[in-house]
Amino acid sequence: MATPGYYGKWGGAFIPEVLFETFKELNIAFAAAKADPSFWQEYLDLMSTYSCRPTPLTYAENISKHLGGAQIYIKREDLNHTGAHKANNVMGQGLLVKRMGKKRVIAETGAGQHGVATATMAAKFGFDCTIYMGEEDVMRQRPNVFWMEKLGATVIPVTSGTKTLKDAINEAFRDWVTDMEDTHYVMGTVCGPHPFPEMVAWFQSIVGTEAVEQISKFAGKLPKRVYACVGGGSNAIGIFQGFLDTPEVELVGVEAGGLGLDSGQHAARLSSKDSSPGVAQGYHTMFLQNDDGQMNDTYSVSAGLDYVGVSPILTDLWEQGKVRFEAATDSEVMAALDMTMKMEGIIPALESSHAFAQAYKEAGELSPDDAIIINMSGRGDKDIFTVAHAYDDPSWKEFIIKKGAEYAA
Amino acid sequence: MQLEQYIKAELEKPEKDILLMTHIVLGYPSLEVNREVIQQMVDNGVELIEMQIPFSEPMADGPTIVQANQEALETGISVADCMAFGKEMCATHDISFLFMTYYNIIYKYGVENFFRKSKDYGITGFIIPDLPPEEGQEFLGLAKKYEISPILIYAPTSTDERMQTLDSYADGFMYCIARKGVTGQQTDFDTEFDHYIGRCRAATNLPLAVGFGISSREDITYLTGKADIGVIGTATINLVNNEGATAVGPFIKGLRG
Repeated sequence: MATPGYYGKWGGAFIPEVLFETFKELNIAFAAAKADPSFWQEYLDLMSTYSCRPTPLTYAENISKHLGGAQIYIKREDLNHTGAHKANNVMGQGLLVKRMGKKRVIAETGAGQHGVATATMAAKFGFDCTIYMGEEDVMRQRPNVFWMEKLGATVIPVTSGTKTLKDAINEAFRDWVTDMEDTHYVMGTVCGPHPFPEMVAWFQSIVGTEAVEQISKFAGKLPKRVYACVGGGSNAIGIFQGFLDTPEVELVGVEAGGLGLDSGQHAARLSSKDSSPGVAQGYHTMFLQNDDGQMNDTYSVSAGLDYVGVSPILTDLWEQGKVRFEAATDSEVMAALDMTMKMEGIIPALESSHAFAQAYKEAGELSPDDAIIINMSGRGDKDIFTVAHAYDDPSWKEFIIKKGAEYAA
Repeated sequence: MQLEQYIKAELEKPEKDILLMTHIVLGYPSLEVNREVIQQMVDNGVELIEMQIPFSEPMADGPTIVQANQEALETGISVADCMAFGKEMCATHDISFLFMTYYNIIYKYGVENFFRKSKDYGITGFIIPDLPPEEGQEFLGLAKKYEISPILIYAPTSTDERMQTLDSYADGFMYCIARKGVTGQQTDFDTEFDHYIGRCRAATNLPLAVGFGISSREDITYLTGKADIGVIGTATINLVNNEGATAVGPFIKGLRG
């Protein structure tokens, strides 16, 4: 990397002047933490006691046999505390906030997983916590809103723009420019201005480090391919970092294909032809935007992948041909989720189910001697309303109607 | 250079202790209303107008201007429409017009093309709140080449050292945000502000514009003698929303003198 914060020509720190000193302070604190082995040790200790690290690598025996191709292993980030890889980043940033002596944290959230993780961290470390969440996401991820509030956080529904993740990020920045002395913005993904992509990637590298060790032990070799879903890209960067120096391992990022890449109703930045270079939300990457540079209204069944931009680190790896990008449609995702539940007894989040869907599409191309890893970024419990709706499940509907009547009475 | 000279020349006029810069969100509620509002502003003595080209992600703006950006875009206004309107305003009125927008708009338009056209029209400066000089080397180079002033921003959080760094890149005037936060909230003018504006004055020889939360004659009176330009943004947008374009003239007239 020639200039700090740049990955090829992507990244940077396009920040309002009022935050200049805040970023300077953050860069200094982060660099000091990164250079201090005791910080990483403290992080590992925390993640092995407060969360469930190392998370297991599960052999999906039934589905491997059913598809008749590669042996499928699942990296179980769903078994983290709060049910997703988000905890890896949040707890790390929490330790950094303690070092910086700040008292309040703010965060954006899409699916709500990052919000719940941040609220948990704030409760544990004694920080005030405000979470910004697009109004549309509040509706589709209501259980997570409930838990954030019960954990003591204030959840602010964002009604501007498309009312999704990007708008929540804008609103979090508006909070930060107002109140930066005591407040740290816990960016949830490997996007935004430098140092966030580097910082979040560093904390998430724990996934890849474990995965390399585990697959070598269980399969006796490196995997042929590693699959991860990509919204902002933090779980993907997390696991991919374990395999960047071994080019024989093919890395596959799976984006939200929504209703199909030709429909215009998707959130596929690097696997579609609909994106172009741009600068927004503090960084330079490929955005889904129109010719004037106005951001598009993206679409996905999964709130966590429904985002206009993508990590500058991934854009650089994509440009270098080091990561292949694909898209899985909503219906492929539902089918993959259904199969994973029925055959393995595992409930992946809708976001993670994108990685499963692509892996299932491709597993048959590979030999039974090959291994692949799917990064299961989170658990699907939060998606109960969306998934039940997609199944058009009669007994669930009946339950909701009864419950509604009970509250209405 | 030209913008700074214009400001200094205006300030030398006997009746002018402070200049006024107003803010328009292009296309909100429509270019027709923008046209009428600008006419009212010019007729009542405004010296500078910043025309905001709407962007879908106006990160540094408060709720009023965020909504104005969004509604303008919903009318289908394009960057080309905004440029054409800017050209028309420069040709119609004998005051200074600047473009304010976010960097992506210029980046997608083609940075040099944006400078070249703006220069042709007679635009005097650009205000890009998400482009710090560290990321704007190409932009700053083109600003010199095309003699359009890159307006940089001082904030109360800027250290003296940072202010001097910004001064080395800036031209035209320095935009001093009166307080932390986004546009449109009230600013309390107190001794802390006086200290801040004193630091701004010490850091640059450029004229000082003060914006964010300036909405009344009292605010302008307070700034007179401390700053060179008072910036009225959200206040006139609210006024047009509530009372229509014709209310702008009397409001502007009542701010000074």
